[in-house]
This record gives sequence, C-alpha cells and structure tokens, in this order.
Amino acid sequence: MLSSTGAVFQPASAPDYIPTPQLEQLQLHRLRAVVQRAWEHVPLFRARMDERGLAPEDIRSLGDASLLPFTVKTDLRDTYPFGLFASPMRDVVRLHASSGTTGKPIVVAYTSADLDVWSEVMERAFATCGLHKADIIQNAYGYGLFTGGLGAHYGAERLGATVIPISGGNTERQIMVMRDFGVTAICCTPSYFLHMVDRAAELGVDIRTLPLRAGVFGAEPWTEAMRVRIEKMAGIKAFDIYGLSEIIGPGVAMECECQHGLHVFEDHFYPEIIDPETGDPMPAGVEGELVLTTLSKQAMPMIRYRTRDITALFPEPCPCGRTLRRMRRISRRSDDMLIIRGVNVFPSQIESVLLEMEHTMPHYQIILTREHGLDQIEVQVEVTAEMFSDTVGALERLNDRLADALEHVLQVRTRVTLVEPHTIPRSEGKSRRVIDRRSS
Amino acid sequence: MKVTQLSIFAENKPGHVLAPCRLLAENDVDIRALSLADTNRFGILRLIVNHWKAAANLLEEAGFLVRATEVVAVVVPDHPGGLVRVLAAFEGTRINIEYMYAFPFAREERAVLIFRFDDPDAAIQRLHEAGIAMAEREELFGVEAVR
Repeated sequence: MLSSTGAVFQPASAPDYIPTPQLEQLQLHRLRAVVQRAWEHVPLFRARMDERGLAPEDIRSLGDASLLPFTVKTDLRDTYPFGLFASPMRDVVRLHASSGTTGKPIVVAYTSADLDVWSEVMERAFATCGLHKADIIQNAYGYGLFTGGLGAHYGAERLGATVIPISGGNTERQIMVMRDFGVTAICCTPSYFLHMVDRAAELGVDIRTLPLRAGVFGAEPWTEAMRVRIEKMAGIKAFDIYGLSEIIGPGVAMECECQHGLHVFEDHFYPEIIDPETGDPMPAGVEGELVLTTLSKQAMPMIRYRTRDITALFPEPCPCGRTLRRMRRISRRSDDMLIIRGVNVFPSQIESVLLEMEHTMPHYQIILTREHGLDQIEVQVEVTAEMFSDTVGALERLNDRLADALEHVLQVRTRVTLVEPHTIPRSEGKSRRVIDRRSS
Repeated sequence: MKVTQLSIFAENKPGHVLAPCRLLAENDVDIRALSLADTNRFGILRLIVNHWKAAANLLEEAGFLVRATEVVAVVVPDHPGGLVRVLAAFEGTRINIEYMYAFPFAREERAVLIFRFDDPDAAIQRLHEAGIAMAEREELFGVEAVR
C-alpha cells in the first residue's frame, strides 16, 4: 500500500496515524497516570507539587499540564544516582548514564515495559523514514552506557531489519563492513558520518556507489546545509532523529520521507514549547524551548523536562498523513549559546556559513579566548584540496571571505585561521566544536 | 620549459616546513629549488624536485596538502641585467607573473628563474619570440633524470 508520498505503509507505523481527538484522549489518560505515579514514588516531584498546592487529581485536561512543575537537568544530578526512580530496583532491568562531561553523570532507568516502549518508538522511527525488514542497518552509535547504541539496536531488530552492532570508532572497519556487507542504512552522529565519507575517499571507496541509501543521524544538532552536503557526498537520504537519555534515548521524534520536521511520538512523549526566559507556554508554531513529559515510562517518569533544545511545533498536518505533530529540526540548544562580547552566537550559525561556502568541508573548531578583557572568537578551518591554491593571494582571499561571511552572520568580528588537514581532532561520537579558554 | 612544481600548505608554526622536507630527504627525493611564501597566518612551501609524482604521492600519503602546478623554468646568465631581460620581455603584454623565484648554478655562472604565470603557454611563446632560452631538463635535474 502506498501513501501519498509513495512510502510503503508499515504496520509498525499504525499508531502514527491515530486521529487527533483519540490521541488527545490517550495523552490525557496517560498524563494523569504518570503524574500519579511520580507523585507517589518521587519525593522531589511530590514536594514541588505540594509547594504549588497541586494534587494529581487537579490535572483534568491536557492544558493543565502547564500547571505542573518543571524538571531540569540539575535535578537529575542533585538526586544522583537513583533519586528520581519511581520503581523499586527489582523492577528495573537496565540502567544507562550520560557521559558526564560536566561533573557527575546522570543515570536513567528502565523497567521491562519501558524497554518495550523504547524498542517500539525506535522501530517506528526507522519505519518513519522508510526503512523496513529487508534493510541492513549498520549501527555505529556507541554501545554501552550511552543510550544511542542499544536504543537503535533494539528498534532495528524489532523492525526485522538486519542489524550490524558495530558501535562507534574504527572508521576503516566501518567502511569495510559498509561495503562488504551491502549495508543499506547507517545510524551515527552526522559529524562522524562525514568523517567516514572523508576516510572512505582516502581509502578509494566512493560511498555513492555502495547500496547505502539512508542515514539516521542524531545525538547532536546539525543543520540543513549539512544535510545537503551529506546527501550529495554520499548519495543517500539523511534523516534527523531526536531523543535524549533523560526522556528515553533516541526515538522521541523522527523525520519522515518529507524531511520537513520530526514527528514526535506523542502517544508516549507529550511535547510543549515554552518561553525559555519566563517558562510560559508559547502559542502554536512559535519558537521556544522544548519541554517533554514521558507519558508511559515507569522506572523514571519525567514530568515537564526542560530539554534546552530550541524548536517549534508545526501546527499544520504533514503531507505524509501522520497525525503526530512535527517539531522543527533542532539546530541549536539554549545552553549551546556562546555569548561573545554580549552577542549571542550559536555554533550552528558558524557551521552554516562554512558549509555554504563552496568548497569548505565542515571540519572546524571554535576557540574562544579573552585578550585585554575582550572576548575573541577564532574559527579554525582545515584547508581541503579544493580550497588549496599555490598562490598566497588566493588563500588570503579565502581567509578574508570566510571571515567576512562569519562576521556578517554572527555580527561579531571573527578571526579565521586556515589549518593543515587532519589537525582538528575528529570525534567518533558527539563532536566538541567549541574550546572556551576565556576562564583560564 | 614547463616544470611541475609542488606546493605544500604549512601553518605558520615552528617545524611545519621541516616535516615535509625531512620526509622527502628520507626517501631520497632531491629538492632542486625551493621557495617559501609566508604570511603571518600560513605559508606555502614550493618545491621543484627530481621525481615530482613520487614525491607528491609520498607527501599526500603522509597527510600533507599538495598541489601540482605548471611553472616555467628559464636560464639566464648570472650577471647584472640577466633577470631584467626576461622581465622586459613581458612588458606591455597581458601576461601576468603570479610569483617567481631564482636559484644559481654556482659552477656555470648561470641562474635558473622559476616563473608562475597565469598563462604559461602564452608566456613560453613570448619567451621564444624574445629569444630567451628555457632551462633544459638535464640542466635542472642532471643527466640521470633524462636517461
């Protein structure tokens, strides 16, 4: 059966087409249950409800969700390791933890039913972008405490696809496996995939000639320009997947073949958009911070979790026919924002400029320093074979062109430094593009 | 004569010119002429070597950014006025010299000038018309290279 977009309908996708009134009924039913559960088992949540004079039975409509207290990332750190669990440990079957780049990691828990939900939404995520049981999926997300690897793994297995659990790293082996096993889809961070494409070219492998047709990319913000670049260089369709460990891991939202916004699996994750400054709900379609409530999670329900991701929910229906609302792709996070001489700068803006310049590959690094009390921003860009010229003038013009384009977009003077190939550290997971030396 | 020159991108940092030169030395590549163009931001190391393809492969495999460009090698007597005669040949033409460098042959009192023209074929034509001799292959690379 074909939908209007030509995609093959898959049974796994059935819940994506639930009529909105029924969806809202289901959401309200689940919201009341999850609030009750958190209130009974999570002391921090109960205390915050008490402060507001709220009881679970006060939630009578979906709109009442805005009365509930927020949960923020520091709540997870402050209650480390198990303080937000709503299930006894005998019912918890899995723990994951964040990498913990700033202080203590955060720990998340799953019951057996939670793992079923996670596998279901990941299966639906793969189906959403047109993957099916005949696909061979190379899962290059890291396996381990990070939720990416196992989340994608179980979803792909449930879909009935062939899963290659290669995990991250060892790029040459990734390329060999991709070619020799006839891989048709890959999951990893977009920056790691670009690194793979580069390395493949160096090894004489043209990814465009392989059966690979789709990439499921996530775990870091990326831009539309980067999608265009990936699709052109690798001859594949690049789809954006969204998720976060605090909510479940990957599988919170996924792009369909229209590639215009990510369908939120709203039957399990209730999305709201708020003003990040005031916390007030934003009108439909207006940009703000994404707040998510887990509607069906047992071990660690998250009520109104502030994701720090900036997006908007599209009010209009999608041509693919799914009734699940779409959120605009995340290209920035409110806590990614760099304040340089009082100007707000997002790394994604820098990426867009570099990518739009004809021949620039996006291997770059942002270095912030303070000289004589003044913030300085330097963008180091690796020179590629296409950019390199034997004349000083051509390279200086390139340097100036990049600096001018960056200044134009960022509204702050930017120093560009051309650096030799392979000098910027490559990431095999989430990339670290910003080095802030201002405090040292 | 047209010669293939290799240009290597180098950051303006200590040791960044040494590394490619050391690699070539270890592989018995003979550097016949060299020029380093530098700004305070980066540098370009330009080399004329005896076997440019092999040298380019070595450098690329080691991760250097290398570009091969056609330059023109001209021989002039190594005395005052030798260079001027060549430069004067281009006076009033549209042929543009992007950059140049020179190296002398100590024993023979001659010098080789390496020119990067925007249009090398037009430049060679003009040099012929002006009766200016190109460097021959054996003059640059020795008898070994032509055999």
